[in-house]
Amino acid sequence: MTTGHDTAAASPVKGGAAPARPTAGPPDDERRRARLSRRWQRDMRWSPYAFVSPFFLLFLAFGLFPLIYTGWASLHQVELTAPTDMHWVGFRNYTRIFDDDFFWNAAKNTLTIGIISTIPQLLMAMGLAHILNYKLRGSTFYRVAMLAPYATSIAAASLVFVLLFGRDYGMINWALDQVGIGKVDWQNDKWPSQIAVSSIVVWRWTGYNALIYLAAMQAIPQDLYESAALDGANRWQQFFHVTLPSLRPTILFTVVVSTIGASQLFGEPLLFDANKGASGGSTHQFQTLGLYLYEQGWVNQHLGRASAIAWTMFLILIVVGIINYVISRRLRASS
Amino acid sequence: MRARTRTARRRVVVLAAVASLGAGLLAGCADDGNDDSNESSGGGGGKTTITLGLFGTAGFKESGLYKEYEKLHPNIHIEQTVVERNENYYPALLNHLTTNSGLQDIQMVEVGNIAEIVQTQSAKLLDLSKYGKESDYLGWKWKQATTSGGQTVALGTDVGPMAICYRTDLFKAAGLPTDREEVGKLWAGSWDKFVDVGKQYQKKAKGTTFLDSPGGLLQAIVSSEEERFYDASGKVIYKTNPAVKSAFDLTAKAAEAGLIGNQTQFQPAWDTTIANSKFAAMSCPPWMLGYIKGKSKADAKGKWDVAQAPKSGNWGGSFLSVPKSGKNTEEAAKLAAWLTAPEQQAKLFAVQGSFPSTPAAYDSDAVKNAKNDMTGDAPIGTIFAEAAKNIPVQSIGPKDQIIQQGLTDNGVILVTQGKSAKEAWETATKTIDNNLDQ
Repeated sequence: MTTGHDTAAASPVKGGAAPARPTAGPPDDERRRARLSRRWQRDMRWSPYAFVSPFFLLFLAFGLFPLIYTGWASLHQVELTAPTDMHWVGFRNYTRIFDDDFFWNAAKNTLTIGIISTIPQLLMAMGLAHILNYKLRGSTFYRVAMLAPYATSIAAASLVFVLLFGRDYGMINWALDQVGIGKVDWQNDKWPSQIAVSSIVVWRWTGYNALIYLAAMQAIPQDLYESAALDGANRWQQFFHVTLPSLRPTILFTVVVSTIGASQLFGEPLLFDANKGASGGSTHQFQTLGLYLYEQGWVNQHLGRASAIAWTMFLILIVVGIINYVISRRLRASS
Repeated sequence: MRARTRTARRRVVVLAAVASLGAGLLAGCADDGNDDSNESSGGGGGKTTITLGLFGTAGFKESGLYKEYEKLHPNIHIEQTVVERNENYYPALLNHLTTNSGLQDIQMVEVGNIAEIVQTQSAKLLDLSKYGKESDYLGWKWKQATTSGGQTVALGTDVGPMAICYRTDLFKAAGLPTDREEVGKLWAGSWDKFVDVGKQYQKKAKGTTFLDSPGGLLQAIVSSEEERFYDASGKVIYKTNPAVKSAFDLTAKAAEAGLIGNQTQFQPAWDTTIANSKFAAMSCPPWMLGYIKGKSKADAKGKWDVAQAPKSGNWGGSFLSVPKSGKNTEEAAKLAAWLTAPEQQAKLFAVQGSFPSTPAAYDSDAVKNAKNDMTGDAPIGTIFAEAAKNIPVQSIGPKDQIIQQGLTDNGVILVTQGKSAKEAWETATKTIDNNLDQ
């Protein structure tokens, strides 16, 4: 199959398959062959583009055009009530972001929630993967069970967590009360609310990352462990000196993916808000950038401002991406 | 030979792929149009189909009004689509209006959004003043949907004249009168008196608060004012309007004194406080009675009662508008006018509890004799009719909802969480100003 496909694909590049065919015959037959050959060449040349075109057409319509339009809208004062009625304001939407307390508050929250959700999440995933990597009875069950939270919808999970974290009638506060710690106002105090939002993220993504780690761990050659064992390394030493170094690329991958996920955090804080608004709590204590963007665009209907926030977020993400790239190159060079 | 068949097959495959993709895309685009024409011709069996876009529990269908209209007009077929929450319904409606596509023949608009619709979208909507009768409606209700140029873009459905619902058992336990006339007199005319009654209640309250939530009290006080967030010329004045500030301060004072539970309305925890009888009174438009009933335990039946509020205000209510882009605007306008006429509003009240915006309906038996088993068979029809007649004519603005929400969710709620009234006001105004800034 593959070889047949390869030769077929390579032939036009090498000058086409037509000359290889018998050339004898009456002139009109030859012309017909030549025409067919030309058509065949055109076909070979252009049909791959037809095959890939659906993605690019969709990307143009739903990816590139919105990106450019958003950039254009961000230079205007424009409201959702009249999206065609644009007033040119230059970079005003961007310059005012610099002294927009709400934006920087949201940026700070995104960072802190990102940290307190990503780090425990990846550590726990690593630990779980390590345990699952041992020979266990019913290991398939545990693997499927770990992926179950990931398959749950954000909305359903968040709404359940809202009930669990409820101040007056929530189960977590009830338990805390039983052991004498007292009630925590999970929704209205800054750090408790951020921890609560993070816990939804952690709950949802830990199993997913654990399975990625597990897959990478199973690709590590058994010989390495055997020789380490021969050298007298115990389980922990094996983990630190064999498993972790071999997982480095996988860890980098999960860090990058989790960073992107954390910077786009939206559904969990939106649904966690007791006011059902997009302000991320009464004092914006857990408003993320995604939430602030949504609030400006769809609650307050300021499309221009929302577009500028979107582009600023995009630029911040690019910077984060570059930092990730530099760090990963350093790590690769050092290994 | 082999090469040629492969070529041919390949071309067929490419063509098939492109064709099917293209067909898929085209079909995707064409579907909407086809459906519409099918429905209006085929779906109703040669009848004209009128579609309604509604939110929440409008109740037209539930109270049998569509069937009745279809019987009166055999050539009409009515269909509706309902979105549960206005927060999801309204942005979509705005998008559809601004792009002039995807609109139903009749679209419902909430009172919190009507000013924005009137000011920014009137060009896309039919003038309904010829279809509805202005004299039928409460003056302020009609005015809310009318542009400065005299175009009435929507007809009023229900209104939310506010009274106070209270628990007779808790009032009795706290040594307060329980008769609705006497209770009304305790605080008649002034919200300060209302808070004073609350202080009296709180002295003997056992594990309960006088009111449910800071948002409910603020809403009640502010909506009984003539001038609120916008002045008559359409300028935002909420920050300098003494009426708003004093409403905020009075609510904050009551919260600091512990008269108010620290819940946000319409949230699960708030529902639980209703079920557990954790508060004694709340501001109460007619539709709230249904809500109370839905969240209460069975033993709460008959323990509630309804008294007049210190001052009448309006909370809630909707409108029906007819977008010009519809195919059957004439028929749609007739239907909208019929659905909002006094007789139909009275029927809707009997079934759904939506209070009519047409005073002519107040004398109908359906309203006059209306009783409610949650409130010990209080004559709610006459109580709310009395309140409706005293609602001031308010100048409402396009961003009323954002301002009200900011004052509540980013303001008075903070006082119940231990912040000072000053801090709460600062957080609220800063949030609102940022939200209003274009």
